[in-house]
Amino acid sequence: MTQEIRVTNYPEVLTDRPTHYCPGCHHGTAHRLVAEAITDLGLVDNTILIGSIGCSVFIYNYLTLDAIESPHGRAPAVATGVKRARPDKIVFTYQGDGDLASIGMAEIMHCANRGENITTIFVNNTVYGMTGGQMAPTTLVGQKTTTCPGGRCRENEGMPIRMTEIIASLGGVAFAERVAVNNVKNIMKAKKAVAKAFEYQTKEIGFSFVEILATCPTNWRMTPLQANKRIETEMIPYFPLGNYKDVLAKEEK
Amino acid sequence: MPSRVEFREDRCKGCLLCTEVCPTGIIQQSSRFNQKGYKVTEIAPDRMNECKGCAFCAMMCPDYAINVFTTKQAKGGRK
Repeated sequence: MTQEIRVTNYPEVLTDRPTHYCPGCHHGTAHRLVAEAITDLGLVDNTILIGSIGCSVFIYNYLTLDAIESPHGRAPAVATGVKRARPDKIVFTYQGDGDLASIGMAEIMHCANRGENITTIFVNNTVYGMTGGQMAPTTLVGQKTTTCPGGRCRENEGMPIRMTEIIASLGGVAFAERVAVNNVKNIMKAKKAVAKAFEYQTKEIGFSFVEILATCPTNWRMTPLQANKRIETEMIPYFPLGNYKDVLAKEEK
Repeated sequence: MPSRVEFREDRCKGCLLCTEVCPTGIIQQSSRFNQKGYKVTEIAPDRMNECKGCAFCAMMCPDYAINVFTTKQAKGGRK
């Protein structure tokens, strides 16, 4: 007697509708990781999502959570207000690199430094995706974008910002980790990191931050498979994966 | 154990990320277009029985277009 079982169980919080993302974009995978983490921790009815500006602006269409859409870069500031008004709720922001590392640099730095008890999911694809592929602070040296058609130049534009290292050095941060979703092994690690970030928020020990390295095949002018390889060959050497801060792990030692 | 992979062709965007992670390499691009104009992926003809049901393809798919089913033995065996 055999019985057919379904291996793939997409969480209910993930709505059943097609995403607007380009083929091969990692936003969909990142959404699923967030949805799985919230579902596994049983936080679905108690979570407030703070959306940001960027390709992920329509995240409220894909996750059935209460959501607030914040102005460009100000998601951590809005999240601070929400969390202080409703400390019993789980609050998280979902931001891209143009939003978090450029326009919202002040907000994220001070939010992390104050140790606001929120979670930030930072999707780093080294480019301003939605507005047409302009250079972001995280654009790699030599990468061609519409505002640096000859490639980013170290002398003119400086070096790409490594956000997780900066965030990890701030006082109020409980958890900071950089992950990637370019292969199955990294997806499994990313899933654990996202779950841990939400778990730390439930323990109320400070700001938790997860950076997800993602592709933008359209603005990198690559096929999805080439873009996926670029994560491994170009991005991970400059943005090393790993945990940069874990307050509870230190205590255990 | 025989496993089965189902592609939701209306969701597939033809990014082919699933073809790269499949350990048996049985996923390929078909010549069919879906409503959005993407060439959808499929299991190579007559190779469905090679599927191990690992669901790597579903894990990698950014558009939740893949469902994997596997059969479970009543007693023992791998699930």
